[in-house]
Amino acid sequence: MPSPTQQSGEGLSRRHALCAAGAGALAMLMPRVVLADEAAVAEALKKLYGGKAMAEGRIKLDVPPIAENGLVVPIGVEVDSPMTEADHVKAVHVFADGNPLPGVVTYRFTPDCGKASATTRMRLAQSQNIVCVAEMSNGALFTAKAPVKVTIGGCGG
Amino acid sequence: MLHRRHFFQAATAAAAIAAAAGLGPLKRVAAQQRLTQKDILAFPSLGTVTLLHVCDIHAQLMPLYFREPEVNLGPGEAKGKPPHLTDAAFRDYYRIGRGTAEAYALTSEDFAALAKNYGRMGGLDRIATVVKSARAERGDERVLFLDSGDTWQGSWTSLKTQGQDMIDTMALLKPDAMVGHWEFTYGAERVEQAAKALPFAFLAQNVRDAEWNETVFPARKMFERGGVKIAVIGQAFPYTPVANPRWMIERWEFGIRDEELQKHVDAARAEGAQLVVVLSHNGFDVDRKMAGRVRGIDVLLTGHTHDALPDVVKVGSTLLVASGSHGKFVSRLDIDVAGGKVKDYRYRLIPVFADAIAPDAEVAAAVKKARAPFERELGREIARTESTLYRRGNFNGTFDDLICQAMLAERDAEVALSPGFRWGGSLLAGDPITFEALTNATAITYPNCYRTTMSGAQLKDILEDVADNIFNPDPYYQGGGDMVRIGGIGFAIDIARPMGSRISDMTVLKTGKPVDPARGYAVSGWASVGENVEGPPIWEVVEKHLARIKTVRIEPNTAVKVKGA
Repeated sequence: MPSPTQQSGEGLSRRHALCAAGAGALAMLMPRVVLADEAAVAEALKKLYGGKAMAEGRIKLDVPPIAENGLVVPIGVEVDSPMTEADHVKAVHVFADGNPLPGVVTYRFTPDCGKASATTRMRLAQSQNIVCVAEMSNGALFTAKAPVKVTIGGCGG
Repeated sequence: MLHRRHFFQAATAAAAIAAAAGLGPLKRVAAQQRLTQKDILAFPSLGTVTLLHVCDIHAQLMPLYFREPEVNLGPGEAKGKPPHLTDAAFRDYYRIGRGTAEAYALTSEDFAALAKNYGRMGGLDRIATVVKSARAERGDERVLFLDSGDTWQGSWTSLKTQGQDMIDTMALLKPDAMVGHWEFTYGAERVEQAAKALPFAFLAQNVRDAEWNETVFPARKMFERGGVKIAVIGQAFPYTPVANPRWMIERWEFGIRDEELQKHVDAARAEGAQLVVVLSHNGFDVDRKMAGRVRGIDVLLTGHTHDALPDVVKVGSTLLVASGSHGKFVSRLDIDVAGGKVKDYRYRLIPVFADAIAPDAEVAAAVKKARAPFERELGREIARTESTLYRRGNFNGTFDDLICQAMLAERDAEVALSPGFRWGGSLLAGDPITFEALTNATAITYPNCYRTTMSGAQLKDILEDVADNIFNPDPYYQGGGDMVRIGGIGFAIDIARPMGSRISDMTVLKTGKPVDPARGYAVSGWASVGENVEGPPIWEVVEKHLARIKTVRIEPNTAVKVKGA
């Protein structure tokens, strides 16, 4: 699984988006092979966290319901956290469960980021779920999921 | 407040169907005499603000026939709710008598007979009369006239002038703002240039530059009418780059962006707006969901899905207005605003019966002038129809059956694919099929009729994909439009199932054999959203076919079996 690292939290959204897009591009160059599934995402998470329980909440995952262009689908993720030494977000992992390789990007944060938020663009091979997992400084895990449709288009009214 | 039964307060020309079928000209005149302009426009004014709304005119300068759908299914929570009611269910819900003028305008029941009785609807010169009459009665300073878009596309004259015929003629009606969808199919450069030159606002909070995420058009505009500060926020069709060619607008991104809409609503309130109006081209179900998610919208003027509803739909305290299509209706909503809130309102969907409403002379002259350079080709008669030709319906329409038959015959194809467009006028049995009538159903900027080979599996994927676009139970995953029309193949569809498992029993109609997923089929289609599509424009293909067959007769289409509705 590719794990490009993106330092976050500068509050410079445009520049940030461009940097992040560059990082995401690494994940886009994979050749079309057998597509992943939910099990592949579960497997990747097991490697990271050994099957530890995950709670829903804290994560705001912003993806379009229908992708305008499957090659560059925007994604924004923000985790609710005070971002102090004692309580902050350590990492956010993004997975696409229907891509040849499910890993899209991993962001690592420090309290200095001030805010656990990041945006990038990703390539989606087909309609699928985007799964996001946030690791907090106390070890707690949060998750969020949203489907994105990659359609052949046409026929609109 | 007006109730359903007050719709068309006086106009109840309830000619019995049996009688209507055999009406002569005299009887028709009699029916029209009971349907007077005075009655149609009668509206006891209320408050200090009048909103007038049109949508989805689709470049119809002239009055036309337009048959409403007899099948318009609502998935999930929308099932059985307006606008997903048709014919008798629609009439029951809104308490409309069968065979009445409103039944003719709003349903498909008895269409052929009632069309002869009540005549054509719309026409920009008649719409002008409705608008000017409201302005004269209320005073310009109390009226805001808003257009939900799909105004510049849908006719030969609009295609040939890149929408300029509509732009010039609509300008005479002095709209205050509009939004867009099919407008974008003239390409980014043309839309930007045309929008800038408009004497009114072209609004879109959800069209963004792909590189910097900046709005391409102004998002909102503040007006003052009747002493009330009114914010109008524009919402373009969010899935334009999916439903139409993205390459024509490749620097732009769309999307619903309801969180950003919320920010505009809040900002408008902070600027002192006492009434917040969203002028939308989302489609009704998307707007209904959005109204439940965005706080503080007083009025949501909907468009895109061509629904005509004789009453507002309320979501919380938001009033949703659905004004139909093709110029058949103008909505009037009078509002009494007090303390930054809607205290009271009165609504009417005003039907534009072309034989009852007098054309406005200024606009009639402009329409004539806009059409003059094209008059000869528009009037060219290609064939005659013995069947009613219409477009609307979730699964098929006779006009699309004709287009599919033409592609199968003229492009030597086994399968024909025609997009589920909701625009295009209807023709009555006995009508000539003119070049104008043909292009009213086909005039687009990406008309090439391709011929290619697709496997049975690919054909199923297409049907599944489009079906989910209409029947996904979450409106935010719907793109509007109807099901892709398919010639040469029949299938069953269970609309309640999830994506990928709705379509079954795909059958080659000619042989009765199941469609083989592995076999390649010769497929002809048009309106591909891909770039550099090769093939003649679809109107040439259909014209060639019509010139050969001369007389059109469409048998009832039983190729699609529907379940789960």
